[in-house]
Amino acid sequence: MTLTTAKTPAVIPAPAGEPLQADGGSHGRHSTKSAPADPSGVTATAQIRAAHNGRTTTVPLLHNDDPFHLRRLRARGEQARVCVLGAMSAPLGGDRLALDITAGRRARLEVTTAAATIALRGPTTTPATYDVRITVDDDATLHWLPEPLISTRGSTLHQTFTVDLAPTSRLVMREEQLLGRSGEVPGHLTTRLIVRRGGRPLLDQQTAYGYPAPAWDGPAVLGSHRATGQLLLVDPGLGTPQEPHVIDDDPAEGHAVLTPLADPRALIATAVAPAPAQLRHLLDTALAYAYTYETPRPDADGEQ
Amino acid sequence: MSRTALLVLADGRFPAGGHAHSGGMEAAVASGRVHDTASLEAFCRGRLHTAGLVAAGLAAAAADGCDALALDQAADTRTPVAALRRIARRLGRQLMRAARATWPSTDLDHLARHRPQGAHQPVVLGVTARAAGLAPLDAARAAAYDSLGGPATAAVRLLSLDPLDATAVLARLAGELDTVADAADAAARRVTAEGVGVLPAASAPLLDITGEQHAAWTVRLFAS
Repeated sequence: MTLTTAKTPAVIPAPAGEPLQADGGSHGRHSTKSAPADPSGVTATAQIRAAHNGRTTTVPLLHNDDPFHLRRLRARGEQARVCVLGAMSAPLGGDRLALDITAGRRARLEVTTAAATIALRGPTTTPATYDVRITVDDDATLHWLPEPLISTRGSTLHQTFTVDLAPTSRLVMREEQLLGRSGEVPGHLTTRLIVRRGGRPLLDQQTAYGYPAPAWDGPAVLGSHRATGQLLLVDPGLGTPQEPHVIDDDPAEGHAVLTPLADPRALIATAVAPAPAQLRHLLDTALAYAYTYETPRPDADGEQ
Repeated sequence: MSRTALLVLADGRFPAGGHAHSGGMEAAVASGRVHDTASLEAFCRGRLHTAGLVAAGLAAAAADGCDALALDQAADTRTPVAALRRIARRLGRQLMRAARATWPSTDLDHLARHRPQGAHQPVVLGVTARAAGLAPLDAARAAAYDSLGGPATAAVRLLSLDPLDATAVLARLAGELDTVADAADAAARRVTAEGVGVLPAASAPLLDITGEQHAAWTVRLFAS
Protein backbone atom coordinates (compact mmCIF):
# COMPACT_ATOMS: atom_id res chain seq x y z
CA MET A 1 0.00 0.00 0.00
CA THR A 2 1.31 3.43 -0.85
CA LEU A 3 0.19 6.75 0.32
CA THR A 4 1.20 10.21 -0.69
CA THR A 5 0.29 13.29 1.20
CA ALA A 6 0.40 16.91 0.27
CA LYS A 7 2.89 19.13 1.99
CA THR A 8 1.52 21.52 4.49
CA PRO A 9 3.05 24.97 4.51
CA ALA A 10 4.96 25.87 7.61
CA VAL A 11 2.90 28.97 8.07
CA ILE A 12 -0.79 29.08 7.27
CA PRO A 13 -1.61 32.44 5.79
CA ALA A 14 -4.79 34.31 6.52
CA PRO A 15 -7.63 32.87 4.43
CA ALA A 16 -7.52 34.09 0.88
CA GLY A 17 -7.40 32.88 -2.67
CA GLU A 18 -9.77 32.55 -5.56
CA PRO A 19 -12.22 31.16 -6.19
CA LEU A 20 -13.09 30.17 -2.66
CA GLN A 21 -13.09 33.19 -0.46
CA ALA A 22 -13.10 32.85 3.26
CA ASP A 23 -15.75 35.47 3.74
CA GLY A 24 -18.26 33.77 1.53
CA GLY A 25 -17.68 35.41 -1.82
CA SER A 26 -19.46 33.90 -4.78
CA HIS A 27 -20.70 30.94 -2.76
CA GLY A 28 -22.83 33.22 -0.63
CA ARG A 29 -23.87 32.87 2.95
CA HIS A 30 -27.59 33.10 2.40
CA SER A 31 -28.68 29.57 1.76
CA THR A 32 -32.39 29.02 1.20
CA LYS A 33 -32.18 25.47 2.51
CA SER A 34 -33.76 24.22 5.73
CA ALA A 35 -33.41 26.75 8.49
CA PRO A 36 -30.46 26.18 10.84
CA ALA A 37 -30.39 27.30 14.45
CA ASP A 38 -28.84 30.61 13.50
CA PRO A 39 -30.37 32.49 10.58
CA SER A 40 -26.97 33.61 9.30
CA GLY A 41 -25.65 30.04 9.21
CA VAL A 42 -25.66 27.53 6.39
CA THR A 43 -26.94 23.97 6.66
CA ALA A 44 -25.30 21.68 4.16
CA THR A 45 -24.75 17.95 3.69
CA ALA A 46 -22.47 16.69 0.95
CA GLN A 47 -22.32 13.00 0.07
CA ILE A 48 -19.76 10.73 -1.50
CA ARG A 49 -20.42 7.08 -2.26
CA ALA A 50 -17.93 4.78 -3.93
CA ALA A 51 -18.77 1.31 -5.23
CA HIS A 52 -16.89 -1.55 -6.88
CA ASN A 53 -18.30 -2.53 -10.26
CA GLY A 54 -16.50 -5.86 -10.55
CA ARG A 55 -13.44 -4.33 -12.23
CA THR A 56 -12.65 -1.14 -10.39
CA THR A 57 -13.98 1.48 -8.03
CA THR A 58 -16.47 4.01 -9.31
CA VAL A 59 -18.05 6.98 -7.56
CA PRO A 60 -21.77 6.80 -8.45
CA LEU A 61 -22.79 9.44 -5.91
CA LEU A 62 -21.15 12.82 -5.60
CA HIS A 63 -23.61 15.25 -4.06
CA ASN A 64 -22.49 18.86 -3.84
CA ASP A 65 -24.03 21.17 -1.31
CA ASP A 66 -22.78 24.72 -0.79
CA PRO A 67 -20.17 25.37 0.54
CA PHE A 68 -18.96 21.86 -0.33
CA HIS A 69 -17.89 21.16 -3.89
CA LEU A 70 -16.70 17.69 -4.68
CA ARG A 71 -14.38 16.84 -7.53
CA ARG A 72 -13.28 13.49 -8.91
CA LEU A 73 -9.52 13.23 -9.22
CA ARG A 74 -7.64 10.84 -11.49
CA ALA A 75 -7.79 7.33 -10.05
CA ARG A 76 -4.63 5.82 -8.62
CA GLY A 77 -4.71 2.21 -9.74
CA GLU A 78 -7.94 0.71 -8.41
CA GLN A 79 -8.35 3.54 -5.95
CA ALA A 80 -10.91 6.22 -6.79
CA ARG A 81 -10.11 9.67 -5.50
CA VAL A 82 -12.32 12.58 -4.54
CA CYS A 83 -11.29 16.03 -3.44
CA VAL A 84 -13.47 18.26 -1.28
CA LEU A 85 -13.29 21.90 -2.33
CA GLY A 86 -14.86 24.78 -0.50
CA ALA A 87 -14.68 23.50 3.03
CA MET A 88 -12.14 26.27 3.47
CA SER A 89 -14.83 28.92 3.03
CA ALA A 90 -16.59 27.46 6.06
CA PRO A 91 -17.45 26.80 8.76
CA LEU A 92 -18.55 30.16 10.03
CA GLY A 93 -20.46 30.66 13.25
CA GLY A 94 -23.93 29.10 13.05
CA ASP A 95 -23.10 26.79 10.13
CA ARG A 96 -24.19 23.15 10.30
CA LEU A 97 -22.09 21.21 7.89
CA ALA A 98 -22.01 17.48 7.27
CA LEU A 99 -20.06 15.24 4.97
CA ASP A 100 -21.19 11.64 4.39
CA ILE A 101 -18.59 9.31 2.93
CA THR A 102 -19.33 5.68 2.09
CA ALA A 103 -16.99 3.14 0.58
CA GLY A 104 -19.23 0.29 -0.59
CA ARG A 105 -18.24 -3.36 -0.62
CA ARG A 106 -14.74 -3.86 -2.13
CA ALA A 107 -14.44 -0.19 -3.09
CA ARG A 108 -11.16 1.65 -2.64
CA LEU A 109 -11.59 5.35 -2.08
CA GLU A 110 -9.38 8.23 -1.07
CA VAL A 111 -10.91 11.53 0.00
CA THR A 112 -8.81 14.66 0.46
CA THR A 113 -9.46 18.36 0.78
CA ALA A 114 -8.00 21.03 -1.48
CA ALA A 115 -6.81 23.27 1.33
CA ALA A 116 -6.96 23.75 5.04
CA THR A 117 -10.43 24.08 6.56
CA ILE A 118 -10.64 27.32 8.51
CA ALA A 119 -13.10 27.83 11.32
CA LEU A 120 -13.97 31.52 11.41
CA ARG A 121 -16.12 33.54 13.72
CA GLY A 122 -18.35 34.90 10.96
CA PRO A 123 -21.17 37.30 11.75
CA THR A 124 -22.19 35.51 14.94
CA THR A 125 -20.64 33.80 17.93
CA THR A 126 -23.08 30.90 17.59
CA PRO A 127 -21.12 27.62 17.44
CA ALA A 128 -20.67 25.93 14.09
CA THR A 129 -20.90 22.16 13.72
CA TYR A 130 -19.08 19.95 11.25
CA ASP A 131 -20.05 16.27 11.20
CA VAL A 132 -18.12 13.79 9.11
CA ARG A 133 -19.81 10.40 8.85
CA ILE A 134 -17.74 7.61 7.37
CA THR A 135 -18.95 4.12 6.48
CA VAL A 136 -16.60 1.46 5.14
CA ASP A 137 -18.27 -1.77 4.01
CA ASP A 138 -16.83 -5.28 3.80
CA ASP A 139 -13.48 -5.58 2.02
CA ALA A 140 -13.50 -1.86 1.27
CA THR A 141 -10.69 0.61 1.93
CA LEU A 142 -11.04 4.28 2.76
CA HIS A 143 -8.31 6.85 3.11
CA TRP A 144 -9.59 10.09 4.66
CA LEU A 145 -6.68 12.50 4.44
CA PRO A 146 -7.90 16.08 4.73
CA GLU A 147 -5.70 19.12 5.11
CA PRO A 148 -5.61 20.62 8.62
CA LEU A 149 -8.47 22.27 10.43
CA ILE A 150 -7.50 25.72 11.66
CA SER A 151 -9.32 27.26 14.60
CA THR A 152 -9.13 31.04 14.37
CA ARG A 153 -9.74 33.71 16.96
CA GLY A 154 -13.37 34.13 18.00
CA SER A 155 -14.62 30.98 16.27
CA THR A 156 -16.41 28.12 17.98
CA LEU A 157 -16.56 24.81 16.15
CA HIS A 158 -17.81 21.43 17.30
CA GLN A 159 -16.52 18.65 15.04
CA THR A 160 -17.78 15.08 15.15
CA PHE A 161 -16.33 12.13 13.31
CA THR A 162 -18.43 8.99 13.33
CA VAL A 163 -16.80 6.02 11.66
CA ASP A 164 -18.51 2.68 11.07
CA LEU A 165 -16.24 -0.05 9.83
CA ALA A 166 -17.13 -3.53 8.62
CA PRO A 167 -14.88 -6.18 10.21
CA THR A 168 -13.01 -6.79 6.91
CA SER A 169 -12.64 -3.13 5.95
CA ARG A 170 -9.53 -0.98 6.10
CA LEU A 171 -9.16 2.64 7.11
CA VAL A 172 -6.46 5.27 7.13
CA MET A 173 -7.70 8.48 8.69
CA ARG A 174 -5.70 11.58 9.49
CA GLU A 175 -6.83 14.56 11.50
CA GLU A 176 -4.74 17.66 12.06
CA GLN A 177 -5.76 20.64 14.13
CA LEU A 178 -3.99 23.96 14.25
CA LEU A 179 -4.82 26.20 17.17
CA GLY A 180 -4.75 29.63 15.62
CA ARG A 181 -2.96 30.85 12.52
CA SER A 182 0.64 31.91 12.96
CA GLY A 183 0.80 33.88 16.21
CA GLU A 184 -2.98 34.00 16.60
CA VAL A 185 -5.04 33.06 19.65
CA PRO A 186 -7.29 30.15 18.66
CA GLY A 187 -11.04 29.96 18.93
CA HIS A 188 -12.81 27.15 20.74
CA LEU A 189 -12.57 23.77 19.04
CA THR A 190 -14.05 20.51 20.24
CA THR A 191 -13.66 17.24 18.38
CA ARG A 192 -15.48 14.00 19.09
CA LEU A 193 -14.19 10.86 17.41
CA ILE A 194 -16.27 7.70 17.58
CA VAL A 195 -15.11 4.62 15.71
CA ARG A 196 -17.02 1.33 15.61
CA ARG A 197 -15.82 -1.88 14.05
CA GLY A 198 -18.44 -4.51 13.32
CA GLY A 199 -20.84 -2.42 15.42
CA ARG A 200 -18.61 -2.58 18.51
CA PRO A 201 -16.93 0.55 19.86
CA LEU A 202 -13.26 0.70 18.93
CA LEU A 203 -12.31 4.25 19.92
CA ASP A 204 -14.15 7.04 21.69
CA GLN A 205 -12.37 10.33 22.20
CA GLN A 206 -13.11 13.96 22.75
CA THR A 207 -10.75 16.91 22.77
CA ALA A 208 -11.44 20.53 23.66
CA TYR A 209 -8.98 23.32 22.90
CA GLY A 210 -9.06 27.09 23.14
CA TYR A 211 -10.93 29.19 25.69
CA PRO A 212 -13.05 28.19 27.62
CA ALA A 213 -11.60 24.65 27.61
CA PRO A 214 -9.83 24.33 31.00
CA ALA A 215 -6.02 24.19 30.92
CA TRP A 216 -5.97 23.21 27.24
CA ASP A 217 -2.57 24.92 26.91
CA GLY A 218 -1.31 23.51 30.20
CA PRO A 219 1.35 20.83 30.68
CA ALA A 220 -1.11 17.89 30.69
CA VAL A 221 -2.90 18.69 27.43
CA LEU A 222 -0.98 20.59 24.72
CA GLY A 223 1.61 22.62 26.61
CA SER A 224 3.14 25.14 24.24
CA HIS A 225 2.24 23.11 21.14
CA ARG A 226 -0.28 24.61 18.74
CA ALA A 227 -0.52 21.75 16.25
CA THR A 228 -1.96 18.38 17.18
CA GLY A 229 -3.20 15.46 15.21
CA GLN A 230 -3.94 11.80 14.97
CA LEU A 231 -3.59 9.09 12.45
CA LEU A 232 -5.82 6.06 12.78
CA LEU A 233 -5.07 2.90 10.88
CA VAL A 234 -7.46 -0.05 10.98
CA ASP A 235 -6.51 -3.16 9.08
CA PRO A 236 -7.63 -6.77 9.68
CA GLY A 237 -4.14 -7.76 8.47
CA LEU A 238 -2.74 -6.44 11.76
CA GLY A 239 -3.37 -9.71 13.51
CA THR A 240 -0.83 -9.88 16.29
CA PRO A 241 -0.38 -7.30 19.02
CA GLN A 242 2.32 -4.75 18.22
CA GLU A 243 4.66 -2.87 20.49
CA PRO A 244 4.01 0.85 20.83
CA HIS A 245 6.53 3.15 19.21
CA VAL A 246 7.51 6.60 20.46
CA ILE A 247 8.74 9.25 18.01
CA ASP A 248 10.61 11.98 19.88
CA ASP A 249 13.99 12.37 18.25
CA ASP A 250 13.92 16.10 18.87
CA PRO A 251 11.47 17.24 21.56
CA ALA A 252 11.64 20.81 20.23
CA GLU A 253 10.07 19.53 17.01
CA GLY A 254 7.18 17.86 18.83
CA HIS A 255 6.58 14.21 19.58
CA ALA A 256 4.24 11.36 18.83
CA VAL A 257 3.29 7.90 19.95
CA LEU A 258 2.10 5.07 17.74
CA THR A 259 0.19 2.49 19.74
CA PRO A 260 -2.22 -0.37 19.17
CA LEU A 261 -5.73 0.11 20.48
CA ALA A 262 -7.26 -2.55 22.71
CA ASP A 263 -8.33 -4.18 19.45
CA PRO A 264 -4.87 -4.92 17.99
CA ARG A 265 -6.13 -4.57 14.42
CA ALA A 266 -6.17 -0.83 14.95
CA LEU A 267 -3.24 1.52 15.51
CA ILE A 268 -3.36 5.15 16.43
CA ALA A 269 -0.69 7.80 16.29
CA THR A 270 -1.14 10.88 18.44
CA ALA A 271 1.17 13.82 17.86
CA VAL A 272 1.78 17.32 19.14
CA ALA A 273 4.10 19.82 17.51
CA PRO A 274 4.87 23.53 17.51
CA ALA A 275 3.68 24.00 13.91
CA PRO A 276 1.95 22.15 11.05
CA ALA A 277 5.05 21.08 9.12
CA GLN A 278 6.50 19.25 12.11
CA LEU A 279 3.10 17.72 12.86
CA ARG A 280 2.80 16.33 9.34
CA HIS A 281 6.31 14.96 9.53
CA LEU A 282 5.51 13.15 12.78
CA LEU A 283 2.32 11.63 11.40
CA ASP A 284 4.03 10.61 8.14
CA THR A 285 6.80 8.98 10.17
CA ALA A 286 4.22 7.13 12.27
CA LEU A 287 2.40 5.92 9.17
CA ALA A 288 5.60 4.68 7.56
CA TYR A 289 6.41 2.84 10.77
CA ALA A 290 2.91 1.39 10.99
CA TYR A 291 3.26 -0.18 7.57
CA THR A 292 6.29 -2.10 8.76
CA TYR A 293 3.90 -3.90 11.12
CA GLU A 294 2.07 -5.43 8.19
CA THR A 295 5.03 -7.49 7.02
CA PRO A 296 6.96 -10.03 9.07
CA ARG A 297 9.32 -8.08 11.25
CA PRO A 298 13.02 -8.82 11.57
CA ASP A 299 14.16 -10.32 14.87
CA ALA A 300 16.52 -7.56 15.83
CA ASP A 301 14.54 -4.42 15.21
CA GLY A 302 15.76 -2.76 18.35
CA GLU A 303 12.38 -2.02 19.89
CA GLN A 304 11.33 -3.02 23.42
CA MET B 1 -23.71 2.11 55.42
CA SER B 2 -21.79 5.23 56.25
CA ARG B 3 -20.62 8.19 54.18
CA THR B 4 -17.39 7.89 56.16
CA ALA B 5 -16.65 4.98 53.81
CA LEU B 6 -15.89 7.69 51.21
CA LEU B 7 -13.11 9.02 53.44
CA VAL B 8 -11.68 5.53 53.82
CA LEU B 9 -11.83 4.93 50.06
CA ALA B 10 -10.33 8.29 49.08
CA ASP B 11 -7.65 8.26 51.78
CA GLY B 12 -4.17 8.18 50.29
CA ARG B 13 -3.32 5.56 52.90
CA PHE B 14 -5.93 3.14 51.54
CA PRO B 15 -3.68 0.25 50.47
CA ALA B 16 -4.46 0.27 46.73
CA GLY B 17 -0.98 0.96 45.41
CA GLY B 18 -1.67 4.43 44.04
CA HIS B 19 1.33 5.95 45.82
CA ALA B 20 3.67 4.34 43.28
CA HIS B 21 2.08 6.29 40.41
CA SER B 22 2.51 9.94 39.46
CA GLY B 23 -0.25 10.14 36.85
CA GLY B 24 2.12 11.53 34.24
CA MET B 25 3.80 13.97 36.60
CA GLU B 26 7.24 12.34 36.49
CA ALA B 27 7.38 12.71 32.70
CA ALA B 28 6.03 16.28 32.90
CA VAL B 29 8.71 17.24 35.44
CA ALA B 30 11.47 15.57 33.44
CA SER B 31 10.53 17.56 30.33
CA GLY B 32 10.42 20.79 32.31
CA ARG B 33 6.74 21.40 31.60
CA VAL B 34 5.96 21.25 35.32
CA HIS B 35 8.52 23.17 37.36
CA ASP B 36 6.64 25.17 40.00
CA THR B 37 3.33 25.53 41.79
CA ALA B 38 1.63 27.36 38.91
CA SER B 39 2.54 24.72 36.34
CA LEU B 40 1.56 22.00 38.83
CA GLU B 41 -1.86 23.60 39.09
CA ALA B 42 -2.22 23.84 35.30
CA PHE B 43 -1.23 20.18 34.99
CA CYS B 44 -3.74 19.12 37.64
CA ARG B 45 -6.51 21.21 36.09
CA GLY B 46 -5.88 19.70 32.65
CA ARG B 47 -5.77 16.17 34.04
CA LEU B 48 -8.93 16.74 36.10
CA HIS B 49 -10.96 17.80 33.06
CA THR B 50 -9.69 14.97 30.83
CA ALA B 51 -8.53 11.74 32.49
CA GLY B 52 -10.25 12.73 35.75
CA LEU B 53 -13.60 13.37 34.07
CA VAL B 54 -13.44 10.08 32.17
CA ALA B 55 -12.55 8.17 35.34
CA ALA B 56 -15.34 9.90 37.27
CA GLY B 57 -17.91 8.95 34.64
CA LEU B 58 -16.85 5.31 34.62
CA ALA B 59 -16.78 5.16 38.42
CA ALA B 60 -20.20 6.78 38.79
CA ALA B 61 -21.75 4.39 36.26
CA ALA B 62 -20.18 1.39 37.99
CA ALA B 63 -21.42 2.63 41.37
CA ASP B 64 -24.87 3.00 39.83
CA GLY B 65 -24.88 -0.72 39.06
CA CYS B 66 -24.25 -0.55 35.29
CA ASP B 67 -22.64 -3.63 33.71
CA ALA B 68 -19.03 -3.43 34.93
CA LEU B 69 -17.71 -5.50 32.02
CA ALA B 70 -19.32 -3.13 29.50
CA LEU B 71 -17.80 -0.22 31.41
CA ASP B 72 -14.42 -1.92 31.34
CA GLN B 73 -14.69 -2.09 27.55
CA ALA B 74 -15.79 1.55 27.48
CA ALA B 75 -12.62 2.36 29.43
CA ASP B 76 -10.58 0.52 26.80
CA THR B 77 -12.09 2.55 23.95
CA ARG B 78 -11.31 5.73 25.92
CA THR B 79 -7.68 4.73 26.53
CA PRO B 80 -5.95 4.57 23.16
CA VAL B 81 -2.43 4.18 24.56
CA ALA B 82 -1.31 0.65 25.46
CA ALA B 83 0.85 1.70 28.44
CA LEU B 84 -2.01 3.60 30.06
CA ARG B 85 -4.40 0.65 29.63
CA ARG B 86 -1.82 -1.62 31.24
CA ILE B 87 -1.35 0.77 34.18
CA ALA B 88 -5.11 1.25 34.65
CA ARG B 89 -5.57 -2.53 34.86
CA ARG B 90 -2.66 -2.97 37.24
CA LEU B 91 -4.08 -0.28 39.53
CA GLY B 92 -7.49 -1.91 39.18
CA ARG B 93 -6.13 -5.25 40.27
CA GLN B 94 -4.44 -3.73 43.32
CA LEU B 95 -7.56 -1.83 44.29
CA MET B 96 -9.63 -4.98 43.84
CA ARG B 97 -7.49 -6.84 46.36
CA ALA B 98 -7.91 -4.12 48.99
CA ALA B 99 -11.60 -3.61 48.20
CA ARG B 100 -12.58 -7.27 48.51
CA ALA B 101 -10.91 -7.42 51.91
CA THR B 102 -12.56 -4.19 53.03
CA TRP B 103 -16.09 -4.40 51.57
CA PRO B 104 -16.71 -7.99 50.43
CA SER B 105 -19.39 -8.12 47.74
CA THR B 106 -20.63 -10.38 44.96
CA ASP B 107 -20.25 -7.51 42.48
CA LEU B 108 -16.53 -7.26 43.22
CA ASP B 109 -16.22 -11.07 43.05
CA HIS B 110 -17.97 -11.09 39.68
CA LEU B 111 -15.69 -8.44 38.21
CA ALA B 112 -12.56 -10.07 39.63
CA ARG B 113 -13.58 -13.44 38.18
CA HIS B 114 -14.13 -12.01 34.68
CA ARG B 115 -11.07 -9.75 34.68
CA PRO B 116 -8.41 -11.78 36.51
CA GLN B 117 -5.67 -9.51 35.10
CA GLY B 118 -7.47 -6.48 36.51
CA ALA B 119 -10.26 -4.25 35.29
CA HIS B 120 -9.68 -0.54 34.66
CA GLN B 121 -9.15 1.15 38.01
CA PRO B 122 -12.10 3.61 37.80
CA VAL B 123 -14.50 0.73 37.14
CA VAL B 124 -13.19 -1.15 40.16
CA LEU B 125 -13.42 2.07 42.17
CA GLY B 126 -17.08 2.44 41.24
CA VAL B 127 -17.97 -1.16 42.07
CA THR B 128 -16.09 -0.71 45.35
CA ALA B 129 -18.06 2.44 46.16
CA ARG B 130 -21.27 0.50 45.50
CA ALA B 131 -20.08 -2.31 47.78
CA ALA B 132 -19.38 0.31 50.47
CA GLY B 133 -22.89 1.68 50.14
CA LEU B 134 -21.81 4.95 48.55
CA ALA B 135 -23.70 6.90 45.90
CA PRO B 136 -22.55 7.30 42.27
CA LEU B 137 -21.72 10.95 42.94
CA ASP B 138 -19.43 9.84 45.79
CA ALA B 139 -17.67 7.46 43.41
CA ALA B 140 -17.29 10.23 40.83
CA ARG B 141 -15.79 12.52 43.44
CA ALA B 142 -13.37 9.85 44.64
CA ALA B 143 -12.24 9.09 41.08
CA ALA B 144 -11.80 12.76 40.19
CA TYR B 145 -9.86 13.40 43.39
CA ASP B 146 -7.75 10.33 42.73
CA SER B 147 -6.77 11.84 39.36
CA LEU B 148 -5.19 14.80 41.19
CA GLY B 149 -3.82 13.34 44.41
CA GLY B 150 -1.18 11.20 42.68
CA PRO B 151 0.30 13.98 40.52
CA ALA B 152 0.25 16.53 43.35
CA THR B 153 2.00 14.21 45.80
CA ALA B 154 4.51 13.17 43.16
CA ALA B 155 5.31 16.80 42.32
CA VAL B 156 6.23 17.43 45.94
CA ARG B 157 8.75 14.61 45.81
CA LEU B 158 10.07 15.30 42.32
CA LEU B 159 10.43 19.07 42.60
CA SER B 160 10.92 19.41 46.37
CA LEU B 161 7.86 21.66 46.36
CA ASP B 162 6.44 22.82 49.63
CA PRO B 163 3.73 20.26 50.52
CA LEU B 164 1.57 23.12 51.76
CA ASP B 165 1.63 24.69 48.27
CA ALA B 166 0.66 21.39 46.66
CA THR B 167 -2.21 20.93 49.08
CA ALA B 168 -3.36 24.49 48.40
CA VAL B 169 -3.49 23.58 44.70
CA LEU B 170 -5.84 20.70 45.49
CA ALA B 171 -7.98 22.96 47.65
CA ARG B 172 -8.20 25.60 44.90
CA LEU B 173 -9.38 22.93 42.44
CA ALA B 174 -12.08 21.63 44.80
CA GLY B 175 -14.85 23.64 43.18
CA GLU B 176 -13.91 22.48 39.69
CA LEU B 177 -13.68 18.95 41.01
CA ASP B 178 -17.27 19.21 42.21
CA THR B 179 -18.33 20.40 38.75
CA VAL B 180 -16.51 17.50 37.11
CA ALA B 181 -18.06 14.99 39.52
CA ASP B 182 -21.53 16.43 38.92
CA ALA B 183 -21.08 16.20 35.13
CA ALA B 184 -19.83 12.63 35.44
CA ASP B 185 -22.74 11.70 37.68
CA ALA B 186 -25.25 13.25 35.26
CA ALA B 187 -23.75 11.30 32.35
CA ALA B 188 -23.74 8.06 34.36
CA ARG B 189 -27.47 8.39 35.00
CA ARG B 190 -28.08 8.20 31.25
CA VAL B 191 -26.07 5.00 30.68
CA THR B 192 -28.89 2.56 31.42
CA ALA B 193 -31.17 4.18 28.85
CA GLU B 194 -28.62 5.31 26.25
CA GLY B 195 -25.55 3.10 26.61
CA VAL B 196 -21.95 3.75 27.62
CA GLY B 197 -21.42 6.11 24.67
CA VAL B 198 -22.84 8.97 26.75
CA LEU B 199 -19.97 8.77 29.24
CA PRO B 200 -17.25 11.42 28.97
CA ALA B 201 -14.36 10.61 26.63
CA ALA B 202 -12.11 13.63 27.13
CA SER B 203 -8.50 13.05 26.18
CA ALA B 204 -5.22 14.91 26.59
CA PRO B 205 -2.56 14.36 23.90
CA LEU B 206 0.44 15.03 26.17
CA LEU B 207 -0.79 12.59 28.83
CA ASP B 208 -1.16 9.95 26.11
CA ILE B 209 2.21 10.58 24.47
CA THR B 210 4.25 10.94 27.64
CA GLY B 211 2.46 7.96 29.22
CA GLU B 212 4.00 5.70 26.62
CA GLN B 213 7.35 7.52 26.73
CA HIS B 214 7.56 7.12 30.49
CA ALA B 215 6.77 3.42 30.32
CA ALA B 216 9.90 2.94 28.22
CA TRP B 217 12.22 4.59 30.75
CA THR B 218 14.60 2.12 32.35
CA VAL B 219 15.14 4.16 35.50
CA ARG B 220 12.22 5.94 37.10
CA LEU B 221 10.89 6.84 40.50
CA PHE B 222 7.23 6.15 39.74
CA ALA B 223 5.52 3.30 37.89
CA SER B 224 3.58 5.78 35.76
